[in-house]
Amino acid sequence: MAAAAAATAAAAGGARAAGDPLITEIQDWNSALGEGVDAYPYGKPSEFEKGVVRKSVPWLTADPISSINFTPLHELDGIITPNGLCFERHHGGIAKIPRESHRLMIHGLVEKPLVFTMADLMRFPRENKVYFLECAANSGMEWRGSQLNGCQFTHGMIHCVMYTGVPLKHILAAAGVKTNAKWLLAEGADASAMTRSIPMEKALDDCLVAFAMNGEALRPEQGYPLRLCVPGWEGNMWVKWLRRLELGDEPWHHREETSKYTDLLPNGKARRFTWGMDVKSVITNPSPQAPIKHGKGPLVLTGLAWSGNGTIKRVDVSIDGGRNWNTARIDGPSLSMALHRFYYEFDWDGSELFLQSRAIDEAGYVQPTKEALRAVRGANSIYHNNGIQTWHVGPDGVIENVEVT
Amino acid sequence: MWRFPKVRTRRLKEIACAFAVAGAFGLSGSIAGHAGERLGLGVPATPEQIAGWDIDVRPDGVGLPPGKGTATAGEAIFLDHCAACHGDFAEGRDKWPVLAGGLGSLKADRPEKTIGSYWPAASTVFDYIKRAMPFGNAQSLSDDDVYALTAFLLNMNEVIKDPDFELNQKNFSTIVMPNEGGFYDDDRETAERQFWNAKACMKDCKTDVKVTATAAVLDVTPDSKTGPHVD
Repeated sequence: MAAAAAATAAAAGGARAAGDPLITEIQDWNSALGEGVDAYPYGKPSEFEKGVVRKSVPWLTADPISSINFTPLHELDGIITPNGLCFERHHGGIAKIPRESHRLMIHGLVEKPLVFTMADLMRFPRENKVYFLECAANSGMEWRGSQLNGCQFTHGMIHCVMYTGVPLKHILAAAGVKTNAKWLLAEGADASAMTRSIPMEKALDDCLVAFAMNGEALRPEQGYPLRLCVPGWEGNMWVKWLRRLELGDEPWHHREETSKYTDLLPNGKARRFTWGMDVKSVITNPSPQAPIKHGKGPLVLTGLAWSGNGTIKRVDVSIDGGRNWNTARIDGPSLSMALHRFYYEFDWDGSELFLQSRAIDEAGYVQPTKEALRAVRGANSIYHNNGIQTWHVGPDGVIENVEVT
Repeated sequence: MWRFPKVRTRRLKEIACAFAVAGAFGLSGSIAGHAGERLGLGVPATPEQIAGWDIDVRPDGVGLPPGKGTATAGEAIFLDHCAACHGDFAEGRDKWPVLAGGLGSLKADRPEKTIGSYWPAASTVFDYIKRAMPFGNAQSLSDDDVYALTAFLLNMNEVIKDPDFELNQKNFSTIVMPNEGGFYDDDRETAERQFWNAKACMKDCKTDVKVTATAAVLDVTPDSKTGPHVD
């Protein structure tokens, strides 16, 4: 603890002192030997990064089994989410399935109903794709106003990894799709036996049956050994522990597409099958969990933008609550239906700021304000809140989640 | 029918193409030589295997198994297996889901969305109970139990008035839910057309910026009392 305190003091200005002991005195790590190559067969993050973890909000749900946690977006950079930090959403807890015990069945309106083992699936041609997966309920707690203080909580039901898997169309072709098959039911093997109806056009387009994320097997909490990827569409449809594909001529109207994942509007009617995740962005740093501690002067503002419609063409940043906008710099790969990383560097004069980001996608969709969304949808649609987020920066560098006119 | 937004519509032609090719030849393009059906991977799913996993039910009654039950029978099963979370009258305990009530509340400031007030199809009740309930002991109920529980929940929601009405495979599809007509397919592309506005304002977009809501006032973020740095 004393060492940590000294390090903090040094970071706060000690480095500029003439006699900075971190330089003038020999440190332990500069003298004693470190651990050997056999210490960590599977490595972990530095112990000094132990605050970079998924977090949950206990009051959101009745219990932690059918619940959600949040990716620590404010601590991350780039566009790839580390596997161990990808947010989790389960409806019946984490199923633990040995890969040898897993089966994938395809039946219904097919020429030849089939069962595959994981070994069978490893013999199909594969693809590698980077996609974001965003929960339909991401930012859902913010519909009525500012509730949670931190982008981890307001925007952290999202992750973006490279998936490796078999294009779903190959598996469909193996079974032979009958011409009257219009819908696909995907089902999980966990205790919630999650099901969603997916139109055949999407199933035959870009869906992926994935067995790996970021180069290694799926994590148990992400569906090991097999999950469905439905690029650009709401996370609920990305069925984990995928065990069954049934083809039919009508959608099934199951619980997760009637009671849940339907969007109630002010007229008392509800939208259903709101699959696509529209253009969205958030400033991840500075943000409430990442206040400005370095005082006035050069500041790196950074954030994430994404769209289920394709790539992000532009991200604008405002520091005065939307009065004026400056175009940010997108850095790194710009991949369709993946996270994009943006930066906006400026000199902070120490005055109060209202930070906002506004993304525009290749379809020409401009991320709307929450006000504009509520004007159409009211405050009870729960899902698909892609409204512009505002962070208030005080002169002390403390940051708060707010809404502004 | 559902619609695809603009870019998705543009891609539909390619998709339709892929669909036709997939139907006729198995696969297209560079992977034609590896057509899934020619790979010969997987083994035929037997009727017994399909029956083991294929438990889904649709609103038109497709998938309903033989069986029957009344609300009266369902009440006893509900008290044994469900009431600990959902309450004796399906009214919900603590934060567990409320299954009955809320009729006519969908336009209210705080709508109560239950089976009776919101769900469009009774088949969803049967399907979901059978696949996922009771929470922690899923797929432990018999088909007759599920018919009886469905009848009980419909009775608690005043959809079935007579507690001794026998719900069965044959009459199931005659049940009409109060909110059956309460849903329509995604219309964001037309109803929210104004958001596809590439000419976003850049300078002097508004005169006044006033704070209208703050999260700190609510103070419900985990660890918020320890200050802005969550650790």
